[in-house]
Amino acid sequence: MSEGYLTGIFIQIGINVILALSLYLPFSTGQISLGHAGFMAIGGYFSSILTVNFGFPLLVAMVLAGVLSCFFGILVGYPALRLKGIYLAIATMGFGIIVQIFFQNFNYTGGPMGFQGMKGTNFILTYVTAIVFSYLIWRLMNSRIGRAFEAVNEDEIAAAAMGINITRIKILAFSLGAGLAGVAGALDAHYVYYIDSHNYSFLRSVEMLLFLIMGGSQVVWGPILGAVILTSLPEVLRFMAGYRMIFYGCLMMFLMIFRPQGILDRRLLLRLKNYLVPWKVSHS
Amino acid sequence: MGFLLQQLINGFMLGATYSLLAIGYTLVFGLLKLLNMAHGEVYMIGAFFGWTIVTMIHLPIYLALLGAFVIGGILGIIVEFFCFRLVSKDYPLASMLSTIGLGVILQNFALVFSGGEMVRFPEMLRTSNFYIGPVIISEVHLVIFGIALCLMLMLNILIYKTKLGKSMRAVAEDKNVASMYGINVNVVTMATFFISSSLAGITGVLTALAYHSITPFMGVEQGLKGLAVIVLGGLGSVSGAMAGGIILGLSEVIAIAYLPADFTGYKDAIAFAILIGILLFKPTGLFGKFGLEEKV
Repeated sequence: MSEGYLTGIFIQIGINVILALSLYLPFSTGQISLGHAGFMAIGGYFSSILTVNFGFPLLVAMVLAGVLSCFFGILVGYPALRLKGIYLAIATMGFGIIVQIFFQNFNYTGGPMGFQGMKGTNFILTYVTAIVFSYLIWRLMNSRIGRAFEAVNEDEIAAAAMGINITRIKILAFSLGAGLAGVAGALDAHYVYYIDSHNYSFLRSVEMLLFLIMGGSQVVWGPILGAVILTSLPEVLRFMAGYRMIFYGCLMMFLMIFRPQGILDRRLLLRLKNYLVPWKVSHS
Repeated sequence: MGFLLQQLINGFMLGATYSLLAIGYTLVFGLLKLLNMAHGEVYMIGAFFGWTIVTMIHLPIYLALLGAFVIGGILGIIVEFFCFRLVSKDYPLASMLSTIGLGVILQNFALVFSGGEMVRFPEMLRTSNFYIGPVIISEVHLVIFGIALCLMLMLNILIYKTKLGKSMRAVAEDKNVASMYGINVNVVTMATFFISSSLAGITGVLTALAYHSITPFMGVEQGLKGLAVIVLGGLGSVSGAMAGGIILGLSEVIAIAYLPADFTGYKDAIAFAILIGILLFKPTGLFGKFGLEEKV
């Protein structure tokens, strides 16, 4: 096992943590997105064009990719406000697939041939980004806006009665999530050197949802834990060769039977806190 | 005119397979208000099972269809038990993810089985064509369309004329009240999954007959298109799924025929563009009967 291999896995874990968080944001207001691979594709392709064709530095390209994805998030999020639950999931799924088909046929970025020449994502950049965004989201969730997210998630009508502007809160959550997916897409594109539309298939969106739901969607640490476990698991299971994905699928099914709320929920987090910091005992 | 008519007929053939697949989704959704994401993979397994019967055991194609029907139904019961009955109803996404997990398992079984390569499905039917004026109808297409039509008819009879169909409709309406009237909800749910998935299995063999090649990944795209079809027809509506499949088949075929060559790559986007449009402007679908109050 070479050092480069391990670093590669760690970079993937970092990127997936950002992706899981990008889905956590809309989910915390009750919006399910199955189209985040589309936002990731927009971020990935846009940043690649900027760095390869126009010579922008990666950091600037990342920021711009995030802004563009955020813009698309508003564009998708606004009409999607009318939809809930499964309907929203299916509509965003349609969006993600249309973006994928668009890039498959878009000649400027190579169409089916893909686009290459990106480089520059390293361990430090990935983890600085991941940690900064984790911290920001953790702060956001404990702020006034985060409380509003929670209120909208619990009961929209009650939240509106308390004076929360639901439209603004939901679009804020959706577009921030989309922007974050764009940033992760930029990091990912500059890590894999070569991108084509298959990188951004529907399965990518499903994978992000898996990180979120299996890790636990109630607390910020849930999606982070989910991304870490589910990204490293296939590598750990490598000795099973062809059967490892079968094992992975079985694990998914068992986890959903025995822990449908995800590995980490509020109660477990509270118990962990009491165990680790016993002098600050809290109850709920 | 002859060209248009030919395309319309091709569209009907393609659409019939979409309809069959979509009916499976919509039956389950109508009953549980949840999506079975393993449906596309059951369809793929059906195709592989049919292929095994035809090439390895050398039985006639009609037994392959029957075999795929049965194996699909058995898989449906497995899906119902492990992904729906055992999973808590308080977390609707949990069931969906569980079915995705089962889909991953089925796909990788097929992958190990086939060695990851595209498998050629032998031509089982004589390829004689019928000529009606300028229009050509191949026998394969006719058989596929005929079987699809028969299945849909039988399903309609089952739902609207039999006791099982009546209890299925009752459970879809209200689970608790249905069980108060002495309907065994678990048995009805299981039967629904059997029917839904056996239709998927048989559709797998039918499309394999039409395209002569099967891959472990064929279920993914087909499954997503099935989803688009049920949204188009209205989630939970069986007749909507039938009509929606035909509409999607027709629009795809016509798009390939009449769009300029630069845009034919976008043909797969049509299904999803229709899907988004329908969801935004008429979320109950063309024939929908359920409102927007969903659990998730």
